[in-house]
Amino acid sequence: MIWAGLLVASAACYLLKLAGLSLPARLLQDARVQRTIPLVPIALLAALVATQTFSTGHHLVIDVRAAALGVAAIAVLLRAPFIVVVASAAATAGALRLV
Amino acid sequence: MSHARKGIVRDALGIGIASGAYALSFGAISTTAGLSLLQTCALSLLMFTGASQFAIVGVIGAGGSVWAGAATAALLGARNALYGVRLSSLLGVRGLRRAAAAQFVIDETTAMAIARDEVMDSRFAFWATGFALFGLWNLGTLIGALATHALSNPKVLGLDAAPPAAFLALLAPRLRAREPFAVAIAAAVVALICLPFVPAGIPLLIVAILVGLYGVLRSRE
Repeated sequence: MIWAGLLVASAACYLLKLAGLSLPARLLQDARVQRTIPLVPIALLAALVATQTFSTGHHLVIDVRAAALGVAAIAVLLRAPFIVVVASAAATAGALRLV
Repeated sequence: MSHARKGIVRDALGIGIASGAYALSFGAISTTAGLSLLQTCALSLLMFTGASQFAIVGVIGAGGSVWAGAATAALLGARNALYGVRLSSLLGVRGLRRAAAAQFVIDETTAMAIARDEVMDSRFAFWATGFALFGLWNLGTLIGALATHALSNPKVLGLDAAPPAAFLALLAPRLRAREPFAVAIAAAVVALICLPFVPAGIPLLIVAILVGLYGVLRSRE
């Protein structure tokens, strides 16, 4: 079941890339498409940040992940490289759980 | 090799090395989410678009269904279609070459290709960045996954708390204007409000539908 989902999603991502190279440009140069598509990753990434930090199953919670996100936000503001942002968040959560 | 080409190779390798480091964290997060070594490496080989990969393993790791994760990954991949439009006239590829080029159509290769003055330099930059990234992204994924498999319990290192940091790092560069910032805040609030009442992963799809409606209605003005 996991494999099927991974393969279908990979195929979808590939076909989207290929569609951009192959379809007539005017189809995707529509003003509504051009304005809307860049907003989709912004909305989804923000929703992923929120739901994966502040929930467990169907419950809203505040735990060490909130502190980890705070540290990650500071790292982002300091323009730290991607891996430093991720590692500092993980280290924060790991350290707080030991306390 | 010309001076310009040497500069392109140097930049491509720099981007490749940075993304290899970023792929280490993908390998670690994917393994912590419960994906096997083969599944983790297959995503980097076949999907090869960072935000979508983080999203699908993030949703699975949080207990959502793989299909909710797959839908989110595909929605995040939609922006690559717009990159393809910008690249298609620059690259001038057909047939098998186009099929191969398509896999490399992502943020970094697009940025490198459209920054050139000469078409031939654009093509060179696209392929150089594509090959450097593809190689180092997959190598980084493999090393990250192997290292995490070697740990008895990745949660001790807090790796299960890492995905939101990854999403935040991917989001931040897109927030340089007021509208995207407002969209991000609204999306986060809507997702949290829906979360207690719908199956896991569905808040993301609700957010995607709402932002789609917003974008279409807004651009009619």
